[in-house]
This record gives sequence, structure tokens and C-alpha cells, in this order.
Amino acid sequence: MRDLLGIAVFVAAIAAVTWSTDSGVLLTAIMMALYATLLAQAWNLLGGYGGQFSFGHALFFGTGAYVQVIAQVTHDVNAWLALVAAVAAAALIGVAVGAISFRYGLKGSYFALVTLAFAEVFRIVALSVGFTGGGVGLMLPLHESFANMQFGSRKGYIVLALGLVTLALLVTAWLRHSRFGARLQAVRDNEDAARAVGIDPFAIKLGAITLSGAFMGAAGAFYAQVFQYIDPAIAFGPASSVEALVAAIVGGMGTLWGPVLGAAILHLLAEFTRNMFGTLPGVNMVIYGAVLVAIVMFLPRGIAGAGASAVSVWRASGGRSG
Amino acid sequence: MYDPAIIFASVLNGLTTGAVYALVALGLTLIYGVLHIINFAHGAALMVALYAVYLLRAHLGIDPYLALPLVVPAMFALGYALQRGIINRASHGKDENILLVTLGLAIVLENLALLLFKSDTRTIDTAYTLTTVPIGPAVIALTKLIAFGGALVTSALLLWLVTRTDLGRAIRAVAKEKHGAKLMGIDVDHVYAMSFGIGLACLGAAACFLLPAYYVNPHVGSGFVLIAFTIVVLGGMGSFAGALAGGLLIGVVESLGGLFLGESLGQIGIFLIFIAVLLLRPQGLFGARV
Repeated sequence: MRDLLGIAVFVAAIAAVTWSTDSGVLLTAIMMALYATLLAQAWNLLGGYGGQFSFGHALFFGTGAYVQVIAQVTHDVNAWLALVAAVAAAALIGVAVGAISFRYGLKGSYFALVTLAFAEVFRIVALSVGFTGGGVGLMLPLHESFANMQFGSRKGYIVLALGLVTLALLVTAWLRHSRFGARLQAVRDNEDAARAVGIDPFAIKLGAITLSGAFMGAAGAFYAQVFQYIDPAIAFGPASSVEALVAAIVGGMGTLWGPVLGAAILHLLAEFTRNMFGTLPGVNMVIYGAVLVAIVMFLPRGIAGAGASAVSVWRASGGRSG
Repeated sequence: MYDPAIIFASVLNGLTTGAVYALVALGLTLIYGVLHIINFAHGAALMVALYAVYLLRAHLGIDPYLALPLVVPAMFALGYALQRGIINRASHGKDENILLVTLGLAIVLENLALLLFKSDTRTIDTAYTLTTVPIGPAVIALTKLIAFGGALVTSALLLWLVTRTDLGRAIRAVAKEKHGAKLMGIDVDHVYAMSFGIGLACLGAAACFLLPAYYVNPHVGSGFVLIAFTIVVLGGMGSFAGALAGGLLIGVVESLGGLFLGESLGQIGIFLIFIAVLLLRPQGLFGARV
């Protein structure tokens, strides 16, 4: 109940800020922060709650992005139906990769490596086959209308992103309180013990990677709608994988609000460095990497985790400050 | 049909490339064998070494092969410092933390290079860049032949170091049983850092042999990193002989794949082998069954 209340407040706050401003910079910032939150929350479903660290979430991102564009450009499908197809395709890839990797018991570093390798295979295939446009990439023609999921104002995209993020938050909240979620966390914490009490780790992890893939696919489709261009490096290159996992870990994986916090903080940091250093290539990512190292070093449970322990220490001390 | 001479040349080319791959993989497999961690920053460290060789040549005119005694110790020092100063401290005894920290280091190094050198691809010119040597029906670039020899010599040195020296004994003791080694008075953190340093020193050697026939840009390491992982997994994590054989094999697969499937699709063979080995035989072709 507290989770649902939190989500409602979050949605209301974003909506209120969005409707009270016409500043293009602010609206773009909100849109991109929501997009980053979607990436982080998608990764969090599998990495945070399932303990399976994927280094190749671009696999799902790129699948969603390509399906979104190809369905509209090549097959003349409506943009909203394309979104459904994109999510379904990414979920399906999740099932396939999950079935292969978990059936053979890959975990830890091996799972990270195999997801990375799958993303790389998809990148090379996208580069080599015809229907993806190869290295040239694919353009989504500009036709602003609600039916085409192309909006004249950033506000339209914000509503879309907010809808997707809300859905991801609701699924995460459900994970926290449902039987499936409890089983998933049991598998994460100790797979052998979970199996001993009758949980099927394979089925549970498969469910998690499917959900995670679906939301990552939605993020890819959203990206394609906003930027209207996609190529193999954008789709399957490591950037989206890294952005998703860094935001989730920095904020605090395995928590509801950690990825939101992580995405917002990293986004603010990126804006700040852009103001300080201009658009020098690489500065953003240097900071991403450094923040990742620092967080693992000093706050191994992320910002949300550190906040939670501070609160519990404060409560344990009788709630008195000082 | 393909002319046997072309296939011979392609295999030869693959073997020479594969020897350099093996050199990169040797460092990775040593680090894995001792520390039981996967170093995601390996490709980025190779990129750093390549830039070092490039800068020494471009600004001080030092021949890449003569740069060996400078670059190898420098990479060793970098590795020792990274392991002792950052990776060991951030691990908190958890493998997944090391995974994340080395990934973070890779991101930092790659993008620092992007910041300093832009994304331009750079090459060096030497007097012998275009020299070729005939072998049977094929001709091969002298630089590639030297790289092949250099990789073999470096591997032999590494093997000698690990099997015949006191440091090597300590490394093997820590790899097998770190608590026991600690009780015998071995400084485990020091051995960890030495292993990481030696792993990166291999990259220093690889960079010196590689650059005359290759190029450097900020993302050059990522091309090697999955290939090196493939070789390490193929050869059996922690196995030196496996890394050497795996490297040569992957070099030939890539070269023949490029010949039959075209340059971009040829690389797919490597990743498919990688996925298949991870799934079917994670202990590697030469590793003992665990």
C-alpha cells in the first residue's frame, strides 16, 4: 500500500511539474530522466531482484527499437501496435536467451559474458542483413500525430514515458509483495536453499528475464519514436546496457526507488558536466564509470541502500537526532 | 572453389593474428586463475598500452619493439596499482563487485582516451611496415611474423615464471588455496596485485607487437575483449596452454570466417563458438572437468 501511494505521488509530481512549465530544456530533461529510469528499472527486475547481472541488455533494447521501426516503415503497422510487437519481441528474446543460459546453469560472470556475447552477435547480424538497413540504419519518417506516436510537444513523449515507467514501478511493487517476487528473491539470495524448499529456479529466473526484456524492449521502442533513427551501434552497442545497469546499481538495486534515484542523479550529473565542459565527447561516460566504481567501493548497497541503513540506524538509536 | 594457396595464406594469417590474441588472453587467464575474477577492464588496458606505444613512437621516435622495456614495466605498475588501490578495496569480498568495478574502470579508461585523443584511428609508420616475407605459396607481413614469434616467446617466459620461480610458486599456492597460502606466510594481497600486474604486463608486450601491424583508437580494446574471453573460456579458465592453443584456433576461425562469409559476418563465428563453449563445456576444451 505504501508502495502504491509512493507511485501515485511520483506520477502526480512529474505531471504537475510537466504541466506547469513550457521550458523546452526542463521538459527534455524530464523526458530523458524518465527514459533512463525505464532502462534502470528494466535491468533492476532481473539484476536487482533476480541477482542475474546482465551486461547485454542492449539485446532487448535493440530488438524493441528495430521492431518498432521496421513494423512501421516496412510493414505499415500502426505505431501503437508496433509498440506491442516490440515489447513482445523483446520478451521473446528474453525467453530464448534465458532458456538457453539458465538451462545450462550459467550464473555470475558467465551469465554477464553470455549476454554480452548475444548482444554482439545481434549487432553483427543487424550490420550484415538487409532488413535492418545495415550500417546505414533506418529512419522513422516524421508524421506528427497521436496515431503515429509522434508528438509536437515533449509533453506527449513525457506522458508516454511516464506511463511506461509507472507500469515498470507497479510490476516492481508487485515483485516486492507477490509470491513470485518472494521466490525470485529467494533464488537470488541462495539458489540451492530455494531449490530445497521446492522452488524451481529455472522457471523463476526465466520469468524475471522475460519481464526485464519486455520493459527494456519498450525503452528501445521509445528511443526509436523520440529520435526517429536507429542503427546497429545504437541498438545493440554497449551504451544502453551500461546506462541501465549503472543507474540501477548507483541508485540501489533490488529496491523500488533506487533505479529512479540513480537515473535522476546520473542525469543531473550529466547535465551538470555538460554545462561545465560543453559537449566534449566522453566526459559523461568518464563520470558514469567513476561514479560506478565509487559507489561499489563506498556504498555497496547503492544510494537508496545507504539511505535505508542510515534511517534504520537512526531509528535504532531511538529516533533521536544527533 | 577456393584456391588452396589462398586458404593456406588465410590460415597463416589467422595463426599470426591468433598468437597476439593468445598474448592478450594469457594475461586474462592468469588473472582469472589466481584471483578468480573476470577482468572486464582488460580490453581498455590493452588500449592504454597501445596508446603508450603510439605516443612513444609519435613524440619520441622510439621504435615499437624497442619500447618493450618501457611499456611492459609501466603496464605492470599500472596493474599492480589498480588491483591494490581500487579493485581489491572495492570488492568487499564479493565477485559481482569486482565485475562492476572492472567494468567501471573500462568505461573510465575508454572515455578518457576519447577525451584526450578524440575517436580518430591512428597508425604508425616504420621502415619495415610494408616488408613481407614469402612462406611457401603465401607472403606474410614481417610485422605479423615478429608478432607471432614475440607472442610465443612471451608465453614461454610466462610459463617459466609461473612454474619455476618463487613468485610463481606463491601465485600457484594462492590460486589453489588462498587461506592455506596465507597461513604459510604468503602475502595474499601482494600476490594478487603481482598477478594483476603480470596480466597487464602481457598486454604491454602484446601492444608492442601489435601496433606496427595494427591501429589504435579509444574503442580498439572492446574488439579484443570478447575475443580474449572466448579464448580463455575455450582454453579453460586459468590454463596457459589452453589460452595459447585457443588463441591460435580463434585466429584461424576468424580468418577463415572472414574469407568465406565476408569481413563483418566472419566475426560471428567467434561469438557462436563462445556461446556454445560457455553452454556446453564451461570448463573449456582443455580444462579439467569441474
